[in-house]
Amino acid sequence: MYHRIIAKLDIKGPNLVKGIHLEGLRVLGKPETFARYYYEQGADELMYMDVVASLYNRNSIHELISRTAKEVFIPLTVGGGLRSIDDIRSVLRAGADKVSLNTAAIKDPQLIRQAARYFGSSTIVATIEAIKQPNGQYFAFIDNGREETGIEVAEWAQRVTELGAGEIVLTSVDREGTGEGFDIELTKKISDLVGIPVIACGGAGKPVHVRDVLQNGHADAVAIASMFHYDFVHRQNDQGHHESEGNNEFLKNKRRSGKIDATGLSELKAYLKSEKIPCRTTE
Amino acid sequence: MKSYKIAIVDYEMCNLFSVSHACEFAGVQAIITRDPKTIMQSDGVILPGVGAFGDAMKNLKKHGLIQVVKDVVQSGKPFMGICLGLQLLFSGSEEFGDHEGLGIIPGIVKKFPESANGKRVKVPQIGWNRIKKQKDHAVLSDVPDGAFMYFVHSFYVEPEERESVLTSTEYEGLDYCSSIQKNNTIAFQFHPEKSAGIGLGIYTSWKNIIEKNNEGKQ
Repeated sequence: MYHRIIAKLDIKGPNLVKGIHLEGLRVLGKPETFARYYYEQGADELMYMDVVASLYNRNSIHELISRTAKEVFIPLTVGGGLRSIDDIRSVLRAGADKVSLNTAAIKDPQLIRQAARYFGSSTIVATIEAIKQPNGQYFAFIDNGREETGIEVAEWAQRVTELGAGEIVLTSVDREGTGEGFDIELTKKISDLVGIPVIACGGAGKPVHVRDVLQNGHADAVAIASMFHYDFVHRQNDQGHHESEGNNEFLKNKRRSGKIDATGLSELKAYLKSEKIPCRTTE
Repeated sequence: MKSYKIAIVDYEMCNLFSVSHACEFAGVQAIITRDPKTIMQSDGVILPGVGAFGDAMKNLKKHGLIQVVKDVVQSGKPFMGICLGLQLLFSGSEEFGDHEGLGIIPGIVKKFPESANGKRVKVPQIGWNRIKKQKDHAVLSDVPDGAFMYFVHSFYVEPEERESVLTSTEYEGLDYCSSIQKNNTIAFQFHPEKSAGIGLGIYTSWKNIIEKNNEGKQ
């Protein structure tokens, strides 16, 4: 199997944003500019997460999806605030290939079954936001890690598989945006448990983290945000472009931002290849 | 230069927009339709599809499209199936009890095994994989042997006639047929419209096939 490297873009209104632990969002620029760049650099898929969907007008994300789908010819998954079959249909009509469900699915698990039935399992991605508890157990959270559900992650992962989800995005909220590395223990546990692909998300700070979660965490794919975003912002700044206007002063003149090493897609894939990890390279 | 018209068959079984965007990119006009007349009058027909085999056959039937698809294939018009649109061409599927397919290509549709060599196999296969050419064909003229394409599927096809296999692909130790070609019929298990520049090249090559076919008619 060739592991997928997915570029994840968190969207707020018209902007690409990035936070830590899914909070404290900073504006990085226009999502479509980043999306196009990642596509050209060999991203295997793109993921748009509408992080504050419940609070904003949905039209802006629909327009963004359709602009992206016209110029980016790799799979696009869209998530955030999708509550019904109609919501899912409208996002797919705008040009998304898959949708990801979390909050609405936890509140009504039958939504996964229905959606898988209407649109096909491979169109339905279950997102699980996991937070480790003091006793070592992992619980699923909703609303970007804000609200606890009391549901154990392993149990929920099995359930969404049975309900017909085609794959799982497993986000460690504890690691999200920290650059401290993926939660290997969590990823391995869930990936070994379910028969569908698991995409590890949250914590990538260095290329070695990606290798570790694929090799030791048995992830089928990874979703990465900050490492790629920071790399692109630096490149633009180096060239004197200011398309990524917004609150990114913190990124200027620094290749490192906290624990995150800005790394481009092609750079990351070249590293993985040198580590003998099979992934798609554009020869 | 004459413009060509492609009919994308709409039977409520998938996201048709990515297919029509790819056609647009290749410079062909595409219409999303389920009208038999429009389909028969087009210069080329695409049968896309994502979802369950049984539901797809039911929808084709409901919209009166089964005979139309068979007629298109018979007529010699360039025909392209994608994903489920490949599987439906076969005699039948073992999915959820047996389902009868269109029976255009002899062979069956099977599910990926859940394990191979004592190792669990993730199903569906989702992601990029290599295609190995089993024969030469103009539709792959811009695609190098071993190129990566994007796949999403739990079932694969097993054609009876080896000579219809266009490419094969290996997933977790299983070598299976990832596209077929027989006369005017070409069908892919992968999604060329989701396989970046190299996949879009397939649409461009297919457009050239349509162009030749039209010239031949005149």
